[in-house]
Amino acid sequence: MKKSATAAAGKFNHRAVRYNRWGYFFLIPFAVVFVIFQLIPLITTIYHSFYEYYRSGLKWIGPNFIGLENYKTLFSSGGVWQYFGNTMILWIMNFIPQIFFSLLFAAWFSDTRLNLKGQRFFKTVIYLPNLIMASAFAMLFFVLFSNIGPINSILQSIGILKQPYDFLNHKWSVRILISFMNFLMWFGNTTILLLAGMLGIDTQLFEAAEVDGATSSQVFWKITLPLLRPILLYVVITSLIGGLQLFDVPQVLTNGTGDPMRTSMTMIMYLNRNLTTSRNYGMSGAISVFLFVITGALSLIVFKVAGYGEKVK
Amino acid sequence: MKKAMSLILASAMVAGMAVPAFAEETTEAAGADEGKVLNIQCWNDEFKSRITDHYPGYEEVDATTGKIGDVTVKWTITPTDDNAYQNNLDAILPDNANAAADDKVDLFLVEADYALKYVNSDVTMPVSDLGITDDDVADQYDYTKDIVTDSDGVLKGLSWQACSAGLIYNRAIAKEVLGTEDPDEVQEYVKDWDTFNDTAAKLKDAGYKITSTVNDTYRVYSNNVTEKWVNDDNQVQLDSNILKWVNDSKALVDAGETGTADLWSDEWSQGFYKQDQGGVFCYFGPAWLINFSMHSDEEGSVGYDGGWGFCVGPQSFYWGGTWICAATGTDNPTLVKDIMLTMTTDQDVLKEIAQKDSDCVNSKTVLAELASDDSGNLAVLGGQNPYAVLAEGAENVDMSNISDYDQGCNEDFQSAMKNYFEGNATLEEAVDQFSSAIVEKYPELTADGLLAGAEAETETAAE
Repeated sequence: MKKSATAAAGKFNHRAVRYNRWGYFFLIPFAVVFVIFQLIPLITTIYHSFYEYYRSGLKWIGPNFIGLENYKTLFSSGGVWQYFGNTMILWIMNFIPQIFFSLLFAAWFSDTRLNLKGQRFFKTVIYLPNLIMASAFAMLFFVLFSNIGPINSILQSIGILKQPYDFLNHKWSVRILISFMNFLMWFGNTTILLLAGMLGIDTQLFEAAEVDGATSSQVFWKITLPLLRPILLYVVITSLIGGLQLFDVPQVLTNGTGDPMRTSMTMIMYLNRNLTTSRNYGMSGAISVFLFVITGALSLIVFKVAGYGEKVK
Repeated sequence: MKKAMSLILASAMVAGMAVPAFAEETTEAAGADEGKVLNIQCWNDEFKSRITDHYPGYEEVDATTGKIGDVTVKWTITPTDDNAYQNNLDAILPDNANAAADDKVDLFLVEADYALKYVNSDVTMPVSDLGITDDDVADQYDYTKDIVTDSDGVLKGLSWQACSAGLIYNRAIAKEVLGTEDPDEVQEYVKDWDTFNDTAAKLKDAGYKITSTVNDTYRVYSNNVTEKWVNDDNQVQLDSNILKWVNDSKALVDAGETGTADLWSDEWSQGFYKQDQGGVFCYFGPAWLINFSMHSDEEGSVGYDGGWGFCVGPQSFYWGGTWICAATGTDNPTLVKDIMLTMTTDQDVLKEIAQKDSDCVNSKTVLAELASDDSGNLAVLGGQNPYAVLAEGAENVDMSNISDYDQGCNEDFQSAMKNYFEGNATLEEAVDQFSSAIVEKYPELTADGLLAGAEAETETAAE
């Protein structure tokens, strides 16, 4: 009896190992893609950041090892901090309204007492802007807000403006336009994520709170939000990383210049400037490493602030 | 990560292009054992339409293919914006000799702003290697050959255009404000920059802008510089005439006499159309601008009723022009030679081009002929014959101050200065922005103390 049990167990383990092997087989596609498209580029980027390596006309200069020269040039020009600041400003300007409206809509959609009609319709509509290509969206805004565009025409014809307002040549109007576009494109996505999180909360908790006479704002602050923390953290971090990589909207809206006076030039636009004409892999590598470090540091801070360093209660 | 992605995307695109065209099954060869596919690289469809209209035996198949005999002509059009056209050439030309026969680039087009970069490199074939002699091109203007002559004096490209340019003014506005629409009399109001700026004030009082944007006059100033953008030590230098453009333009913008839109933008082209009020007095450009870009075939445009006039303007200059170069490694040398000769030296073809497309063609004989009788009268100019002025301008073009970096410098300088014109930066800050922008684009250059240098130069010139 005992003997056969151990034999069965042994057989079972053996089978488990064989099944595990299949697991590894299934992981191969991912691993190969990851190594080729992520790991190797990541390593070569860091590697090249220590080299002088660019194209001059039709000739290649380098690669010549120059140590930290690229980093020195990068930080001595001072521009990189400005572009990092721009990127953060643009991200914050779009993230605050985005999280506000997403939480509001998600709370409304998930509220069984409100029981909103036409939820599917609205969920689709708020998600739609995300399906438009960012560059097309930026091009549209470029035309809409140009000096001779419809927005200026309307504002002039209803008498708000006498002269056309040059939206694309003022620091804050450009920033607001970029943030507004990003907000429009991403709040639907965030709403759906938060909604999924809220629907995952046990309804008994809400019912119990209702029985105890809690107001809806109490329910939101004391029950929904704390239980939403993991998903909220996910939203903040993905949005932060996406925000640091902001490129297409400002690139197209400002024609790659980041003007006025580069106040809307983001980190990736700066990277792009070093890359398009001269293929300056050395300097671009240094910028990428800087961005990598910043992204890591900011993500860690968000983690700490959200309390994930503490023991799980 | 981004970089690797773009590399992979780029190589995927190249691989995509490398898929052989299965269209050519015919075995009959036009030029003995030469290639079956003629690949042409260009940045718009200007040359394509010239070939379609004027090259004997060319049949159009679709937007990017054609046929000459049994050779398939493949057009690859890459826009100039953001350096994309040059990036494309840089990626494919160095290895052209080793490419598969049907993928070899045979012809590519270049503009004056960056011609030297390709001319001074082995990727471009000397025209003498194709069997084109000095006598064949004797009738062409010297400057059109200077631009594409390498540092050893070898000619490496040909053009059908002599793009001397001038001031294109709106006849109706000239008549209303200046009291005349005669080119010689209008010229008196724009004969130098001081007079030009005084005229701007007059136009402003009547509700017109003198130019659509500051960038209209940029090339006029930048063609009349006394030093190159980049010197032999790879230092960027700011010429005093370019600084003069900045100062003159700032004054015009502040007075509301011109705008700051980019060239080619919708705002820039507003003056192409007749307006109930306001409007733009003049544009600067060569003959092709009127024909190719000013919407003269649209009803309601100024050119549709022949509403433009043409005069020299404050300083003579040239703009654009397209040079045809043969790529090293071409497998269609006979056809390439024939296209180059037919399109740039055949006087009948050139005259046809001048009359149909208003190009100022690159032949002293043809221009003299056009200037001498009514055959050179252009409808868009209200019947005016601009060829005498254009021919004279073409003789005077001086190309000694071009450098390999002109396109990047011109582009970045204009976009940096826009900040100054708009009041978003001081002159110094704007020049600093240009300095950092140009070094990002060309890491081999240094750009320090540009403004001080240009100001010192201006002062010595004034003394």
